[in-house]
Amino acid sequence: MMTLTLESLRHDKRAAIIATALMGLALAAFPFMVGSTLGNSWLRIIDFAMLYIMLALGLNIVVGFAGLLDMGYIAFYAVGAYLYALLASPHFGLHLPIWLIIPAGAALAGLFGALLGAPTLRLRGDYLAIVTLGFGEIVRIFMNNLNSPVNITNGPQGISGIDPIQMGGITLAKPLSVLGFTVPSLHAYYYLFLALALFIVFVTIRLENSRIGRAWVAIREDEVAAKACGINTRNIKLLAFTMGASFGGVAGGLFAGFQGFVSPESFNLMESVMVLCMVVLGGMGNIPGVILGGVLLTILPEIFRHGAGPVQTAIFGKILLDPEALRMLLFGLALIVVMLYRPAGIWPSTTRRREFRGESSDVLKEGE
Amino acid sequence: MMGANLLEARNIAKHFGGVKALTDVSLSIRKGEIYGLIGPNGAGKTTFFNVLTGLYHPDGGELIFAGDKLKASAPHLAAKCGIARTFQNIRLFGNMSAMENVMVGRHVRTHAGVIGAVLHDSRTRREEAAIRRRAEELLHYVNIADRADDLARHLSYGDQRRLEIARALATDPKLLALDEPAAGMNGTETEGLRTLIEGIRSDGITVLLIEHDVKLVMGLCDRVAVLDYGEKICEDVPSVVQKDPKVIEAYLGGSLA
Amino acid sequence: MDIFIQQIINGLVLGSIYALVALGYTMVYGIMGLINFAHGEVVMIGAMVALTVIKLLAGSGLPVYIVILVALIAASAVCMAVGYAIERIAYRPLRRAPKLAPLITAIGVSIVLQNLAMLVWGRNYHAFPPILPVSEHEILGATITSVQVAIVLIAALLMAALIALIDHTRLGRAMRATSENPPIAQLMGVNINQIISLTFVIGSALAAVAGLMVSANYSIAHYYMGFMLGLKAFTAAVLGGIGNIAGAVLGGILLGLIESLGAGYIGDFTGGFLGSNYQDIFAFFVLIGVLVFRPSGLIGEKVSERA
Ligand SMILES: Nc1ncnc2c1ncn2[C@@H]1O[C@H](COP(=O)(O)OP(=O)(O)OP(=O)(O)O)[C@@H](O)[C@H]1O
Ligand SMILES: [Mg+2]
Repeated sequence: MMTLTLESLRHDKRAAIIATALMGLALAAFPFMVGSTLGNSWLRIIDFAMLYIMLALGLNIVVGFAGLLDMGYIAFYAVGAYLYALLASPHFGLHLPIWLIIPAGAALAGLFGALLGAPTLRLRGDYLAIVTLGFGEIVRIFMNNLNSPVNITNGPQGISGIDPIQMGGITLAKPLSVLGFTVPSLHAYYYLFLALALFIVFVTIRLENSRIGRAWVAIREDEVAAKACGINTRNIKLLAFTMGASFGGVAGGLFAGFQGFVSPESFNLMESVMVLCMVVLGGMGNIPGVILGGVLLTILPEIFRHGAGPVQTAIFGKILLDPEALRMLLFGLALIVVMLYRPAGIWPSTTRRREFRGESSDVLKEGE
Repeated sequence: MMGANLLEARNIAKHFGGVKALTDVSLSIRKGEIYGLIGPNGAGKTTFFNVLTGLYHPDGGELIFAGDKLKASAPHLAAKCGIARTFQNIRLFGNMSAMENVMVGRHVRTHAGVIGAVLHDSRTRREEAAIRRRAEELLHYVNIADRADDLARHLSYGDQRRLEIARALATDPKLLALDEPAAGMNGTETEGLRTLIEGIRSDGITVLLIEHDVKLVMGLCDRVAVLDYGEKICEDVPSVVQKDPKVIEAYLGGSLA
Repeated sequence: MDIFIQQIINGLVLGSIYALVALGYTMVYGIMGLINFAHGEVVMIGAMVALTVIKLLAGSGLPVYIVILVALIAASAVCMAVGYAIERIAYRPLRRAPKLAPLITAIGVSIVLQNLAMLVWGRNYHAFPPILPVSEHEILGATITSVQVAIVLIAALLMAALIALIDHTRLGRAMRATSENPPIAQLMGVNINQIISLTFVIGSALAAVAGLMVSANYSIAHYYMGFMLGLKAFTAAVLGGIGNIAGAVLGGILLGLIESLGAGYIGDFTGGFLGSNYQDIFAFFVLIGVLVFRPSGLIGEKVSERA
């Protein structure tokens, strides 16, 4: 169904413009709707969903496009976050501007991506998985322990008092007034994150439909054949690692500014696993699917969190089961059930044939 | 039109543990010819292809291609030098469309990087359009243009073979190496394949052909080399090879005759 | 006290436990090519069940070895059931699915088991009741406790038994055939489903034993203990060459030794810059180093790409 409407939009310029405008309006009004109905805690969750979308799209380049199983992806998020924390907090007394830190975070995370990729690209499948997983742990353990002899990361306590994101002298930490409207802080962050998420979506789509994107998928499909086609698989894989990592770096920087606090705890293996689940469960390699995965897996645990306590009280009159454990239990079950019923993900990329020719009958044939 | 050597293999050796897959194999392929490589199962033909295309590192010998020494063990460089191949057990990008498969073949002759892809500037757009045009041409050339948008894995066996050839041709090769392209094809399909290979040759591309279909090899090839247990036992025009006693011996009772 | 010898002993003990758990990973991987991500949690369940049984029986006046035996049997039984259920529910339906699908269900199972354990046993650490007769022995200037001796011996015994089972019995032959080529094995009359189930059950039984060993060795158990342990054991399996039984044993022991020697000496190596809190890193660095030079592990088969 979805494909059908998307496909028809592609051929009707006016419909497309109207749809885009409506979509834009909805996205713009969204935080106000959420804020006024569900409250600020949900708005924060939505802000986080944006960050996770960026992460999932970044990991999707590595896992979904290039087919490289990376289980330590959160390390790049950590790199971006810590870079922001170090360059804009009282910890070192530095307060550099965001337009410097975020690109620097992307670059540094990209560098880490290359650093991880270089020695490991000869490894296949599951071996790569465990090495990347180890790499993620290494980064986290360093962050935990680099507080002595020289205090760089402040160890397990983490770094607090991080500068909120500021742009042109305006801080997003306080309500803004724009043309007489007051935009609360969480809303402002939402717009910023949305803009960056859309930018990353845009970049990903452009990459997917390019010579580089095709090379990634070719490597995923058959590495030997890809080589025989003249693809320098080592470089192209490194590029996947670097690009994916840099998205993670951007999201990490935003996270640090948003949260005002970073500690190694936020970057444990479970987080990597979570992002991987977003990619796979959403529909590996398919951009809308991955976005969906990011949103669902951010929101689902929160729904369980908000539900686990109250529902018990409503039924039993008291809390019988630890709500935190119960919510994760339900989350785990949800992962299993979804995968059992949709092994290729919720929204997989069955529609790989694109607008080469674009007869609409093609779309119907696809329902196989 | 025939003349200088395009490829010269000198004393190529390759072994896997105790198995000597290739021993001192020397052969030279002239520009513009169709050169057959035959031999019983396990003779080392595919191994020779793998060495030639940089997939295996030879344990001895050297390859001279178009006058230059080939650096071993870098398949993408072999493609860049102008050696393209197909695989005995078809290796397509199954979840990409036929069109995209051929477009991947253009990778080595095109340049757009990440920045070009993201900015989508006029140069990238032109290049992308050219890739697409060339891929369409090639799909027409191998006669599967009507399957352009289908996933490669949904193509029929014969069409997959053709698609693989189109993808190889997309790399603008000087030498096209085909590993048993007629395997599993019926009579008409094989006939179509013969026409295709002849066409490729007349476009100036040298062809190296591994094939078990004797009729096809003898009818198509200018010269033929025979491998047996990793050694070249004969190299000549088909009519001579066919009568060579060593060859007949190798094929046990001479199914060649 | 000789630190070097002491670390070797500690490493051997730790390594034996790693090896037992690594066997579970490697057997499943060998047969199905699947990382059983939830295996670490099975170890945790084993430890928790064993501990609960021991606590229940501790005051009963039964002889210690009977208590331990009952605990072991109970833990093994529960773990075997859990292992069997995991395979049936989360992996079997996905045998033909895209490769990452079972990985995600495995992660799901892992989350479920962990939180189930939290619901049943709570968030707190559980102390191992001091029922074991702990005697200390001196060798070469280092001490080894009777518990440690028992751990190493039992682990060695179990591994020998497993290898004998795989090498010399009909079942073992069927397992090897299945891991070599499932369709052919099936044609030869091997009931693949049964073999796979058995593989999970055997691996889970080993995990239960390992669980009891860990909690006895460190005198503690916790709902979260399976995670890091599983990770380390999987690392060990990969280090040795995943899918390879001897590799898992070798990888486990090596990893144990590396870790405890690393923890003991990392400060000296780095001039005091890195302390023993970097112990975990050490394991991963070694892993990365080994895999870079031997991409299929220490004694894994070299998979040359056939084209
Ligand atoms: N990667 C490899 N590892 C081990 N042995 C190999 C490998 N590749 C080929 N061999 C062995 O080398 C020998 C030659 O094999 P090759 O595939 O080159 O034969 P072939 O002439 O192509 O045979 P066929 O006509 O059956 O395709 C065989 O004995 C084969 O088993
Ligand atoms: Mg062959």
